[in-house]
Amino acid sequence: MKKSKVVSYNKWGYIFLIPFIVIYLLFQMVPLVSTIYNSFFENYRSGLTQIGPNFVGIENYKTIITNGDLPTYFMNTMIMWIMGFIPQIILSLLLGAWFTDPSLRLKFQGFFKTVIYLPNLIMASAFSMLFFTLFADGGPINSMLMQMGFISEPYQFMSHVWSVRTLIASMNCIMWFGNTTILLMAGMLGIDPSLFEAAQVDGATAGQVFFKITLPLLRPILIFVMVTSLIGGLQMFDVPQILTNGTGDPMRSSMTLIMYLNKHLYNKNYGLGGALSVFMFVITAILSFIVFKFTNSEEV
Amino acid sequence: MSDYNKMAGQKENGISLQFRRVIAYIVLLLATFLCLFWFYVLFINATRSNSELKTGFSAIPGAFLIENWVNLKNGTLPIFNGMMNSLFIALTTAALSTYFSTMTAYAIHAYDFKLKKFMFTFILMVMMIPTQVTALGFVQLIGKMKLDDSFIPLIVPGIAAPAVFFYMKQYMDATLPLSLIEAARIDGAGEFRTFNQIVVPLMKPAIAVQAIFSFVASWNNYFTPALVLHTDTKKTLPILIAQLRSADWLKFDMGQVYVMIAFSIFPVILVYLVLSRYIVGGVTLGGVKG
Repeated sequence: MKKSKVVSYNKWGYIFLIPFIVIYLLFQMVPLVSTIYNSFFENYRSGLTQIGPNFVGIENYKTIITNGDLPTYFMNTMIMWIMGFIPQIILSLLLGAWFTDPSLRLKFQGFFKTVIYLPNLIMASAFSMLFFTLFADGGPINSMLMQMGFISEPYQFMSHVWSVRTLIASMNCIMWFGNTTILLMAGMLGIDPSLFEAAQVDGATAGQVFFKITLPLLRPILIFVMVTSLIGGLQMFDVPQILTNGTGDPMRSSMTLIMYLNKHLYNKNYGLGGALSVFMFVITAILSFIVFKFTNSEEV
Repeated sequence: MSDYNKMAGQKENGISLQFRRVIAYIVLLLATFLCLFWFYVLFINATRSNSELKTGFSAIPGAFLIENWVNLKNGTLPIFNGMMNSLFIALTTAALSTYFSTMTAYAIHAYDFKLKKFMFTFILMVMMIPTQVTALGFVQLIGKMKLDDSFIPLIVPGIAAPAVFFYMKQYMDATLPLSLIEAARIDGAGEFRTFNQIVVPLMKPAIAVQAIFSFVASWNNYFTPALVLHTDTKKTLPILIAQLRSADWLKFDMGQVYVMIAFSIFPVILVYLVLSRYIVGGVTLGGVKG
């Protein structure tokens, strides 16, 4: 009697899962499968004529690798991610260590945390548009630099490879270092305080404590932060798309993988777009698996 | 001797501590500057007229904020429409996403069934798959379903949000005792009623945090809406910003451009300042377990 009652409750587990499963299958799984399916077909528009869909095997994959697009845009994405991530992680580690250091007793912590997290919630496209207007040839940054006498004529931020890349990387860094700081702080607060006390008794300096205790014990979270940031970096789109108006100029040096995908989607070139999507999917899947392994091994 | 050493050590420690504190404050102030400077300039420039803006930067706000907004509203970009569309989509997405994610988490948390472990693992594994990689199939699908240029494909997929689910599950593990559900059952409440009248109210703090995050994510989203929406009056703010960027913006009244950016950014900042305590606290709970 009792047992049958338990069973009758547990069918509700399935019932409550129905909305998730239905919506997931419809809007995520079906599109994923059809994206993969599309990647094996030649399917695009050339002027007014529709070419395909014709089955071409792995021809699309060969095309995006051999015509140099994929490697170039992959490199662009990685360069801009690294340029943003290195200052981001250093700043986050520093701030996290200071916020959690009881001997420093920093004041206004709540204020600082609120401020550094703020840019993370800003609309990336609006932030990018803001940077575009601020760093325009006649924009306020140039006007400030000229007023202060650093330069005599406007610096064309949008026409140089490295200034555009730096702007994009800086925006990513500003938008994400607060988030990373808060994640790292949680990890730092999780470290057994007696370790710090013991180190202090032994006369370790703040630097020694940081490098010999905090960093090694923070390794799992650092890896988590790094891999999730890498996954996010591969999806870099809004900021460079708006900043360069989708062109990735100068000379496509700031064109990212998703901007390239977006281009194919607009031009209805579903074959190459599909191959590119599958490529992104495989990389993300591998990276997610690493995150999954790490968070799981921590739990057990 | 040892006393002397100790004192010297302490003194040195004191100085270096003082020194480190100063450095920490300097870096923190620089970081604050880095975060706020852009919004300060944005605010100043949004209050100045086009001709004032052309003369160069000034640190003092002007008096043209309202005029700029009126000009923008009467201009070619359907900015007010865009705000309403963004608001509607973000609010409904946040509501659907939090309610149904709570339901999914409750299914895994409160019941024992054969596929429970599999489902939990599955949802965790798909959590990281970005929407961009399925965008191609998604666009084709909504074309076939005749949902192109409609809000539905932007709102309804929010029901299956693995990250929100994960947060809810964590929160339930920490705060929702199964004995409570048991008690409701003894009192004769049905499963669905138990969920709606007991579980959902108990989950309010978590729902609030995730509602904010879902709202912001949807409000800021550019990629998917840009692929789905085509009619001008249906477009959301990020798409209009992109249009502003691709227009011949040099001919634009720059005061209007700044006001438009300001109106996309400042509502979120205001909400954030009111709720920041919950938001900053919510970041850690959702991300890492350790």
